[in-house]
Amino acid sequence: MNTDKKEKGRIGQFIESFGLPRLIITAFLLLLLILAPFVGADLPTQITNIIARFSWNGILVLAMVPMVHSGCGLNFGLPLGIISGLLGATLSIEFGFTGGLSFVMAILIATPFALVLGSGYGWLLNKIKGGEMMIATYVGFSSVSFMCMMWLVLPYKSPNMVWGLSGKGLRTTISLEGYYIDTLARFLRIRIGNLEIPTGTILFFALLAFLMWAFLHTKTGTAMTAVGSNPTFAKAAGINVDKIRLLSVVMSTWLAAVGILVYEQGFGFVQLYMAPFYMALPAVSAILIGGATVNKATIMNVIIGTILYQGIVTMTPTVMNNMVHMDMSEVIRIIASQGMILYALTRKTEGAK
Amino acid sequence: MNKNTSANKSKGNLGSFLRRSSVPIMFIIICAFCIPLSGLSPSYLVNEIVTRMGRNAFLILSLLIPIMAGMGLNFGMTLGAMAGQIGLILASDWQIVGIPGMVLAAIISVPISILLGLFCGKILNMAKGREMITSYIMSFFINGVYQLVVLYLMGSVIPIAHSTIKLPRGYGIRNTVSLLAMRQHLDNLIPLTIKGVKIPVATFLVIALLCVFIIWFRRTKLGQDMRAVGQDMEVARDAGIKVERTRIIAIVISTILAGIGMIIYLQNMGNIATYSSHSQIGMFCIAALLVGGASVDKASIGNVFLGVILFHLMFIVAPRAGAAITGDSMIGEYFRVFVSYAVITIALIMYETNKRREKSRNSEQLQQAQQEEENR
Repeated sequence: MNTDKKEKGRIGQFIESFGLPRLIITAFLLLLLILAPFVGADLPTQITNIIARFSWNGILVLAMVPMVHSGCGLNFGLPLGIISGLLGATLSIEFGFTGGLSFVMAILIATPFALVLGSGYGWLLNKIKGGEMMIATYVGFSSVSFMCMMWLVLPYKSPNMVWGLSGKGLRTTISLEGYYIDTLARFLRIRIGNLEIPTGTILFFALLAFLMWAFLHTKTGTAMTAVGSNPTFAKAAGINVDKIRLLSVVMSTWLAAVGILVYEQGFGFVQLYMAPFYMALPAVSAILIGGATVNKATIMNVIIGTILYQGIVTMTPTVMNNMVHMDMSEVIRIIASQGMILYALTRKTEGAK
Repeated sequence: MNKNTSANKSKGNLGSFLRRSSVPIMFIIICAFCIPLSGLSPSYLVNEIVTRMGRNAFLILSLLIPIMAGMGLNFGMTLGAMAGQIGLILASDWQIVGIPGMVLAAIISVPISILLGLFCGKILNMAKGREMITSYIMSFFINGVYQLVVLYLMGSVIPIAHSTIKLPRGYGIRNTVSLLAMRQHLDNLIPLTIKGVKIPVATFLVIALLCVFIIWFRRTKLGQDMRAVGQDMEVARDAGIKVERTRIIAIVISTILAGIGMIIYLQNMGNIATYSSHSQIGMFCIAALLVGGASVDKASIGNVFLGVILFHLMFIVAPRAGAAITGDSMIGEYFRVFVSYAVITIALIMYETNKRREKSRNSEQLQQAQQEEENR
C-alpha cells in the first residue's frame, strides 16, 4: 500500500518536473517519426529537414536565455534584435560585399545597431519592472511597423534590393543568391545518401551556445542568475541590478540580430516589412517546449526545445498529408505552440517579483 | 503640514491630468496637421466618422468592464469576436435574413462566448499579475481552435448546406462570407439623413442601451465588487468578496459583449473575412480606447467616443496625407499601423511607471510617518 503510494508519487513527480504538455509533445513527435516510413515519407529527408531547421533557428531561441536568467521574462521583443540584423544584412549588400565576406560584414554592421537599440530597450525595461513581457511585445510591434516606413524611405540604391520599376524602396523579399546563402551550411557539409548535415551552421550555433554557457559561469553570469532569482538579495549582495539587467537585454538583442542572419543564410532570403512581426512567438514556444519556465532556462532547454518544435513543424505536414489527405499542420502548430506559452504563463513562478 | 499635502495634491492633479490626456492631445495635433493635407471634404469626414462610430463603439465598450475589475486591457475580446463570427456564419447558412438573422447570430454566439469567457477567466486567474500578456496569447490559442472548427469541422461535422460559403473541397468555410442579406439592415432600420450625413439611428440606440447598462451595472452590488477587486484583491477578499468568481464574470460579460459587437461591426461591413476579421479587431479597439484618454486601470464611456472619433479620423486621413507629403501612399498606410502600436506601447509604459511611482510614494509616506512617530 505504502510503496504503491510512493510509486505513484514518483511518477507524479516525474510528470510534474517534466511537464505534462512537454510529455505530450515529445510523444507526438515520436509517433510522427514512427509513422513517417509507413505513410511513404522518406525518413532521412525528414531528418535532414529537422536538422536544417534546427540549425537556422537555434540562435534565435538561444537569444531568450540571458533575459530569462536576469528575471526579465521571455523576450517577446525579439523583433527589435531581428531589425538590427536586417539592417546589417541590407547595409552589407548595399555596400557591395559579396559571398562569405557579406555575412561577416552583416554581423559587424548589425552589432552597433543591436548595442544601441538593445541599450535603449534595456533602459526602458528597467523603468517598468514587473510588466516586461507585455511591453516587450509592443516594443517589438512598434519597431517593426516603424521600420516598414523606413525600408521605403531609406536611400538604398543596390539594384538587387530595390523595386525594379521605381528604383527606390526595398523589396519585401531579397534573394541572397551571390551573397551569403549557405555560407555556414557549406562548411564541412556531410552527405550520406539522402541525409545531409549542415555542419558549419551547427558548429556556429555550438560555439555561441558554449560561449553563453561559459558566460553564465563567470562572475557576471552568476550575478545575472542571482538577479533573476532574487533581486532584493542580489541588491543586498552589492550587485548593480539595473546594470546586469541592461547587459542581459543587450546580449539578447545582439543574439537575435546574429540569429536572424544565420536563419537567412539557411533560408536564402532576407524578409523585410511585416515578416519579423510574429518571429518572437516560435522562439518563445520553442524554449518553453524545451523545459524552460518564465524565470529559468538552460542551454539544454534551447537544444531540446528547438529540435522538438522544428520537428513538429516539419513532420506534421508531410505525415498528415500522406495519412488523411488533409493539411491540418498549421492549426496543430498554432494550438501546440500557443498552448505551451499559455501553460508556462500560468505556472507559479517562485522567487521572482 | 495639512496645507502642504493639499497643495501637493492639487499640483499632482494638474500633472496627472496632463499626463492622462497627453495621448488625446497628441492625436488632436496629428489630425489638425493631416486634415488639410489630405484634402478630404468636411462632409465626407463627418459621414465616415459617424459610420465608424456606429461600427466600432459597441466593440470598444466591451473592454470597459475588465478594466473596472483591474484585469487590464482585455486582449481576449478576440474570443468574443470569433464567437460572433461563428454565429453569423451559421445564420447566413440557414438563410435567415435581415434583423432576425442578426438576432439569431447573437443567440448562437452567446453560449459560445460564455464558454470561451469561462475558460479565459479561469486561465487568467491562474496568471494573476500578467493578465494582459496571457489574454493576448490566449487570443492566438483560441484562434487556432477557431481555425480547426471553421476550416475542418464545418461542413464535415457541423452541417453546412450551401456551397456558396463552403470551400470547393466540400468542407471548411470560404475566405469571405457575404452577408448581403444582412448588410446594414440595423443601420438602415430607422433611416435618417441630416445635411447629407447618414445616421444609423438604430445602431446608436443599441449602443446607447449598452451605455445605460454599463452605468447601471457599475452601481449594482456586482459592479461595486468588481471595483473593489480592481482596487486591491487582498482587501476585497478580506471583505468577503469572491475574487476569482468576480473576475471570471467580468471576462464573461466582456466576451459576450464583444461577440454582439462583432455582429454589429460585420453587418455594417457587409462581409466576413473568415480568417482575418477578428485577428486585428482587438488591437484596433484597444488602440482607439487608449487614444480616447483611457489608461490600463481607468476607462470611461467618454473615452470610448472620443477615442473612436480621434483614432478613426487619423485612420482616414493618414494615408492621403502621407501620399501628399511623400508621394507614396504606402507610407501613410504603414504610418497608421505604427501609430496604433505606438499608442498602446506608450499607454502601457505610462501605466507601469505610474504604478512604480505610486509604490515608491507610498513607501516614502510610510517612512515619513514612522519618522514622525519616532520624533514624537
